Order: sequence, then structure tokens, then C-alpha cells
Amino acid sequence: MGKYIALTGAESAAFAMKQINPDVVAAYPITPQTPVAMKFSEYVANGEVNTEYVTVESEHSAMSATVGAAAAGARAMTATASNGLALMWEIVYIASSMRLPILMAVVNRALSGPINIHGDHSDAMGARDSGWIQIFNENNQEVYDSFIMALRIAEHPDVLTPAMVCQDGFITSHSVENVMPLTNEQVQKFIGKKKFKGLITADKPFTMGPLDLQDYYFEHKKQQHEAMKKVFAVVEEVQNEYAKEFGRKYSVIEEYRTEDADTIIMGLNSVMGNVKTVVDSAREKGIKIGAVKPRFFRPFPVDYLRDLLPKFKAVVVLDRSDSFGAMPPLYSETLAALYGIENAPMIKGYIHGLGGRDTNLAMIETVVDNLQKLKDTGEGNLTFEYLGVRE
Amino acid sequence: MALTLKDLINKQIPLNGGHRMCGGCPVPVIVKQVLMSTDHPKIIGNATGCLEVATTIYPYTAWNHPWIHNAFENVAATVSGIEAAHNALSRIGEVPEHNKDAKFIAFAGDGGTYDIGLQSLSGALERGHNMLYVCYDNEGYMNTGIQRSSATPIGANTTTTPIGSESYGKTQSRKDLLSIVAAHHIPYAASTSPHNWMDAMKKSKKAIETQGPTFLLYFAPCIPGWKIPSDVWKKLSETAVKTCFWPLIEFEDGKWSLTGESKLIAEGKMPKIPVEEFLKSQGRFKHLFTDKNKHVIEIIQKDVDKSWNYYKGLAGY
Ligand SMILES: Cc1ncc(C[n+]2csc(CCOP(=O)(O)OP(=O)(O)O)c2C)c(N)n1
Repeated sequence: MGKYIALTGAESAAFAMKQINPDVVAAYPITPQTPVAMKFSEYVANGEVNTEYVTVESEHSAMSATVGAAAAGARAMTATASNGLALMWEIVYIASSMRLPILMAVVNRALSGPINIHGDHSDAMGARDSGWIQIFNENNQEVYDSFIMALRIAEHPDVLTPAMVCQDGFITSHSVENVMPLTNEQVQKFIGKKKFKGLITADKPFTMGPLDLQDYYFEHKKQQHEAMKKVFAVVEEVQNEYAKEFGRKYSVIEEYRTEDADTIIMGLNSVMGNVKTVVDSAREKGIKIGAVKPRFFRPFPVDYLRDLLPKFKAVVVLDRSDSFGAMPPLYSETLAALYGIENAPMIKGYIHGLGGRDTNLAMIETVVDNLQKLKDTGEGNLTFEYLGVRE
Repeated sequence: MALTLKDLINKQIPLNGGHRMCGGCPVPVIVKQVLMSTDHPKIIGNATGCLEVATTIYPYTAWNHPWIHNAFENVAATVSGIEAAHNALSRIGEVPEHNKDAKFIAFAGDGGTYDIGLQSLSGALERGHNMLYVCYDNEGYMNTGIQRSSATPIGANTTTTPIGSESYGKTQSRKDLLSIVAAHHIPYAASTSPHNWMDAMKKSKKAIETQGPTFLLYFAPCIPGWKIPSDVWKKLSETAVKTCFWPLIEFEDGKWSLTGESKLIAEGKMPKIPVEEFLKSQGRFKHLFTDKNKHVIEIIQKDVDKSWNYYKGLAGY
């Protein structure tokens, strides 16, 4: 460690994958994930990894091959975006039900239709009930660090659950930033040897993926839920170790200038960079505002939010995806988490940035104004609206 | 290992009894023929379908091999991943020496192969995995209740091509999967039938021993699907071959040949029987034996002849 290198967000994911040196990667190109697959292919071509790269003919096969590989005891990874994740969807659920600690780089992109190649979270939100851990990342350094930590979390014997490491298409995936990677040795030491066993090997008969009917399916599904409940304990442990070893401290929910804040803006991924900038300028005007960034959407940090949010008088939640005919996901789950808390803050939601629409500083400044109104008058409490859309 | 009955009876059965395939179904026989044809370590992938659901009802399993089911259309991709893992783990010393020459075997029905799984199969063949893909072809989606597939023959009464005042059953011919597979220029592909166990096991052995992607298309009469008694698959398979409805074909290193009864027929050493003989004992074709539908039997005969002549030609007759 100790040297910055210039990497795009996509390259940050690929670089972390290289240092992990997975046994198998199966991926299929889709904008804006493609540079992950291309960069990793270069590592394979140059002998920088020991990986079998399976050049599958679709994302459905990418996830299918990854499942086969992990079942056979490989550290297995893939990467995708948007329609690719949608095409995988069937097997995404199977991967988690088999408790395979697969890692997937998700470069968030709007789902078709209409077809659009830019960043929003409709892809990942479509997979939110798939039984995968979902980590959201604001910038390239975070993508890199999350990837390394995600491996430890996913492979932990209490967890054994696949994880997607998300970042915003183009906004971070194609932007170059200074990233400080660990050394290969540091990464290898941190991730350690695989602890999970390959079950589908020629060593002995084993049946995986049987027909599971009314008499057992329910119990098996509950086991997935129980594993998810153990994720945050493992996350805390892994984050602490990461901070101790490498000096970079992450938390389940990142707080920015919240110490004396009475209002906060909450959201996922890259928009939080702009939010922090606006928080700084609002602070200069004497507004007591902060930012709150959950790094996990699955598991959803209910207890953390129930602890944290009552400290504030009013909260705005930014969602970069819609749920037609219902409340958007981060907003609705935050509301649900706060239900029944006596001193819960007032809360308002915004759907922003669909299809990669820029959520610029001016837009967030109007959010700040409305947030102050919410705090002072209650106006807009328990409602949500669109930000930056033409009427 | 020699393929003699004496040797075979001393081997461990790869698929135990007590599973819930229909009594008289040839698919378990097919599984045994394939897996008992060599002593290689074997890892099995199984597409969704009758074989998968009926042999692994949790917490039971009939399998004496490592076995995985992922989904319906992706067994070829799943097995690709297993093979890739095996290769990577072999390189770093995680695969014991005695397992290094493992063969990766996929089983799927015709629905999981000709239709929904064709892309996954094609991808795996093109990439060249060390995989034997076995399609047991019962000419329909049987697990979901006898729907047509692109392997269903003309005239068959299925639940999605039901007979009616305006319908004599399926109107299209079978997809020629063997040629599609061969067009990937893989080292070995063959069609076979379980009634001719020597033909089937020799081909299985070759398909397993050949390095790279190989393919077997297995005839598999279906009792409920074809509406036949439970003790006829052997006789009916033989008739299918002797009518040339189901020729025994081999594609090896780019060369086509005929085997078993098909070879004898091509050489004039065995008579070719009219397809009616194959059709007449099956409930799915019963409606063809009426004045209204008689002409369909001629259509089927023409279809069979066309395909037979095509393959005979490929085999140099
Ligand atoms: C994606 C998907 N579509 C549909 C099904 C329902 N389905 C399960 S088995 C099957 C038919 C299987 O037919 P085939 O492959 O010929 O095997 P068989 O049942 O004849 O053994 C179908 C349609 C499924 N499981 N998954």
C-alpha cells in the first residue's frame, strides 16, 4: 500500500478481482460493465491471474457457470449491469439458495425499456429480494475496498451468501479517480484461504439442487433469512480488521457532518458525492445539515437506521429507481424501519436520476430548501416526488 | 474396461432404485448405460425435467455420483462452470491425481436441449469444454404434462398440439438436432437407442473417453407421453430404428457413419419397415388411423424417408 494509481470505477472492480485471483470468472459484455470484463480478460491473457475465464454466450450462462464453479469449490465471480442482471435473474436466486459465496460487480444501469445505457438502480433493486448481499459504493476507492471486504463477508461460515458490489454506471464506472490499492500480499493475507468446501467434486457423491417441496422448502428459505441476519456482525468484524490493517474505516452507514445536524439527506452510490458538496455549502450558510449513506441495501440496516435517524428532525431519502404504483425502495424501507419509533423524524422522498439524468448541485440545493421547510413546517412529510424531471 | 455383461454386473449402480421415474421408463436405463460405460470419475449436471425431479426429491437422492441441478435451460453452462473450476483447481493442486481425468456429464430432456437450452448447449460446445452432453429425447415436455417440443414428430397428439376438428396434432417435423450439434465441429456426436445396449454403451464410452465436447442423442420412449404400455420401450425403440424413424448415427472427427441396425438397413442386409409399424402401437398417433387422418401417415413416412436418405447420404451410401 501507499501508492495512488489512476483507475476508473470499472477498473477498480477488475483490479480488486485480479488481486483476489479468483479460480473462475464467467462474464458477458454489457455497457457500462464491459470494461470490467475486458480489463479482467487482459489479466488472464497476461498470466497475472490463475483464473479460468469462461467466455459465456449470455449473462444467463454467466451466472449459471458461476454457480457450477462455486459448487465445485471455486472462488467464482462475475460482473454485469442492467439487462444482463435481468437476464440472470432466475439463476441469481438459485446462487443464493445454494449458499454459494459468489461475488458480482454490478455496474448499475437503467433497465430497458426504453433502452438506456446510463446509471440508475433499477437493475439492483429488481434483485433486492434475491438473497444476495448488496453493497453500494460512492466512488472508486470504495468500490475497490468493498470488493475485498465483500469476499470475506460472503465466504464467512455464518454467512455463505453471494454479494453484489454496486457502483453507478458511467458516473463512477468510467470516471478516473486516484485509488490506493493494497498490495497483492496484503489482499491475499486479508482474504485468506477459502474456507468453504467444494461439494460437487469427483471425491464423493453429493446431490445439490434437488426438488424441495412443501415439507422442506420453507425451512430452507428461512435459513437464508437467518444467514442474512448474521451479516452485519460479520461486516463489523471485517470493517474493523480492514481499518486496523489498512487504515481505511468503513461503516454500514456512513455519516457525513451529522454530529449536530437536525436534517439529513440519505441516498445510495455516487449521488452522495454531490450531496456532500451541497451539505458543505449549506453548512456555510449556517444550515445544520448532514448526509447519511447506507452502504448496504441487503441486508437492510434496520437497526442502524432506528438508532441513527431519530437524532434528526427531518430526513430526505433519494431513490435512483422507481417502484411503479408504490413507494420507491429506499424510501419505503426506511419508512418501514422507523415505524413505531416515538421520536421518528419527518421524512420525504425523491426519485432522481433515472436513466442517468444528472442529479446536479442545483437540484440538491432545492432538496435542501424543501428539507428545511419540512423541518420547520412539516410540509411534504410522508410524501415523495420526482427530482429533475420535466412535467 | 471391456463392455461385457459379466463386468457390468459387478459394478456399482450409478442410479439407485426407489426413485420415482415411471415404472418402465427407459431413462434410468440410459443413465446407467452412459455412466457404467467407463470407470472415469464423473460429475453430473441435470437440467430440470423428469429425470431431475423424480430422482432427487429432498431429502432423498437416487444418485451415487456428484450431481447438481441448477435450472431448466442452463445445464451446459452449469457444467461448463464445474469444468472450469476443475481446471483451475487442478492447476493449484486442489484436485487429487486420481480425479484429474474426471469427465463432466450433462443430462437433459429434449425440451431442455432442443428448445430452451439450445443457446447454452451451443455456447458450451463452441467453447470446447470437456463435457459429454446427453439428451434423452422423449419427444416432448413430459414433466409438465406432455407438451410439444421441437423434437415432437409430425402428427403427435400433445397437450399443446391437441387433436381436434381442425387439428391432427403437431404439423411440423422434428428439429434435426444432431446436425446442429455436428455443425459445431465437435470431436464426437452420436444418436443411439437404449434397446441396443452395445451400440449405446460403445458410443457412451467413446463420448466419455474423447477429450472435449461430445454429444449423445438418446431415444427415450415415454409411457404417459406416448400413451404406451409400461413394458414396450425396448420393442418400440427397436421398431423406431428398424423403420428408420430413429437411425443410429455416429459423427466422429468430421465423418458420418451409421451403426447397428441402421448400418444393416443401409447395406441392404435388413429390411426397412414402414413407419406405420412404429406409429400404430402408440396412443399419441391413434387418431391417424382414421379415414380423416390417414394422409398424415404418408406425410410422416415422407418425412422419415427424407431424413433417412439425408443421413444415409452423409454416411456415404
Ligand atoms: C425457465 C423455465 N421454464 C419452464 C419450466 C417448466 N418446465 C419444467 S420441466 C419442463 C419440461 C421438460 O421437458 P424436457 O426437457 O423434454 O424433459 P422431460 O420432462 O421430458 O424429462 C418445463 C417446461 C421451468 N422449470 N423453467
